[in-house]
Amino acid sequence: MENILTINNLTKKFGSLTAVDNLSFSIEKGNVYGILGPNGSGKSTTLGIVLNVVNKTAGDFKWFDGNIDTHNALKKVGAIIERPNFYPYMTAVQNLQLVCKIKEVSEEKISEKLELVGLLDRKDSKFSTFSLGMKQRLAIASALLNDPEILILDEPTNGLDPQGIHQIREIIKTIASQGTTILLASHLLDEVEKVCTHVVILRKGVSLYSGSVDGMVASHGFLTMQSNNMDLLQNALEGNSAFGTIKREGEYLIVYLNQPMDASEVNKLLFEKGITLSHLVKRKESLEEQFLELTKQN
Amino acid sequence: MLRLLNIELQKLRYNRAAKVISIVYFILITFIALISSIEFNFGDFHFRVADQGIFNFPYIWHFNTYMAAILKLFLAIVIVSMMSNEYSYRTLKQNLIDGLSKREFVLSKFLTVLLFAGISTVFIFLVSLILGLSFSDYNEIGIIFSDLEYIGAYFIKLVAFFSFCLFLGVFVKRSAFALGFLIVWQVIEWLLYGLMKWQLFKDTEIADKISFFFPLNAMANLIKEPLSRLGAIQSAANQLGENFNKDYGVSWLNLLIVLVWTALFIYWSYVILKKRDL
Repeated sequence: MENILTINNLTKKFGSLTAVDNLSFSIEKGNVYGILGPNGSGKSTTLGIVLNVVNKTAGDFKWFDGNIDTHNALKKVGAIIERPNFYPYMTAVQNLQLVCKIKEVSEEKISEKLELVGLLDRKDSKFSTFSLGMKQRLAIASALLNDPEILILDEPTNGLDPQGIHQIREIIKTIASQGTTILLASHLLDEVEKVCTHVVILRKGVSLYSGSVDGMVASHGFLTMQSNNMDLLQNALEGNSAFGTIKREGEYLIVYLNQPMDASEVNKLLFEKGITLSHLVKRKESLEEQFLELTKQN
Repeated sequence: MLRLLNIELQKLRYNRAAKVISIVYFILITFIALISSIEFNFGDFHFRVADQGIFNFPYIWHFNTYMAAILKLFLAIVIVSMMSNEYSYRTLKQNLIDGLSKREFVLSKFLTVLLFAGISTVFIFLVSLILGLSFSDYNEIGIIFSDLEYIGAYFIKLVAFFSFCLFLGVFVKRSAFALGFLIVWQVIEWLLYGLMKWQLFKDTEIADKISFFFPLNAMANLIKEPLSRLGAIQSAANQLGENFNKDYGVSWLNLLIVLVWTALFIYWSYVILKKRDL
């Protein structure tokens, strides 16, 4: 697999505060990565370092095969961090022309990218007249001008209204479906769950998990059940090794599975023991529950 | 190189404030020509500034570059804000993310400084040439093109001053504060000079020698005031028993000091950007 970005033991200290602590992970071509973490967990600092705006304290990182200067590598990257930054007195097109000059790419893709983010009809409006949603979409258009190997987005839906959030997500999905590698930093879990194949979870600058989303949800799920005779039900379950922790939550019994098992199999098993269920739901833990479990202060 | 200049010009081209100030600056330079039309009439006494020899070659090179250099403050505003805007719009960060290196960033600003100074120098050369050809008493080619060192000194003076402004813009981040700092720095130089001249090294030349190395003072010394060199003032001074034996030329040591400062300002701008987390 071709590595786009490799981070090794990266550390960043701001005075006595360690924002990023010995962080290592790598980004492979073609995947959609999410960097998850509560506010202040070092997401933006990590991105700042690899994007050449924050100086690292220790460790290293390399773009592509490592034979290229960071600033030249960034010409093959599209990135938006925090909020869209453009010259307010220039129009959308003039701003994009400037980015083309910096990235040393031709200006012919400007219209195409503006079309993609739905701003073509506003191309000659000054940036200062744009709404936040439009500014963010312009930033995406700008990041795509060079048809980047990787698109880096830091909190792309921050501060947007529901329509704006929806538009940005649709754009991200479109881009992901075209096979572009994406690195998405966010604290919005549903956002990450919807588009990402891989996640890196950070807390206080330390990586807690790095790998595929499926791998993270390692358990076999859990069942929520209810019956007329709850005690009988609990006894029946406790005698079976297929079931792990059993706990009562209000009127329901929560049972964690130790092995893969269908809800219908469980139902059949219990019916054979003469227990009828009035409620049976099998569920996997959501990314959110996993995330909260992992980042729990301890 | 051309790419970097191109990038910077794209930023300035659409900036209305920068355009207006630059245009005002060049218009003001041409207003030096207006001095020629100043006339006084005291009864029978007829006085016309243009007849006093200020537009004579080669004195005009000295006089015009000295006068025009005062106006450099206008372009300084453009230079400072072109840097501080990058902070306030946070576009410095975006430029770096888009693939400009910090070195290229400083270089693109410095090239713009060179360009501004260059245009201004060509402009003052042409204005002086035209004024001189209209009013000068001497029109021999050899005289016209003598003492052109002032044009060179003017260019270096502008480059150094704008580099200082650029450095202040990088260092202070806010244009108003950076310009304020410029004034404060000038005051500091005066105070230090005064302190040395009348307190620390009384009755010696040490204060003058040290202040010779101060950045703003060195820039100011590059083109010395030309007025006391005027024929009318010289003869008036002679009558009063005063004698000006001043060297009005451009000194090589002075030039070297200014160039060293310029290099330091640009280098420090780079170092600050490199060290700073944006």
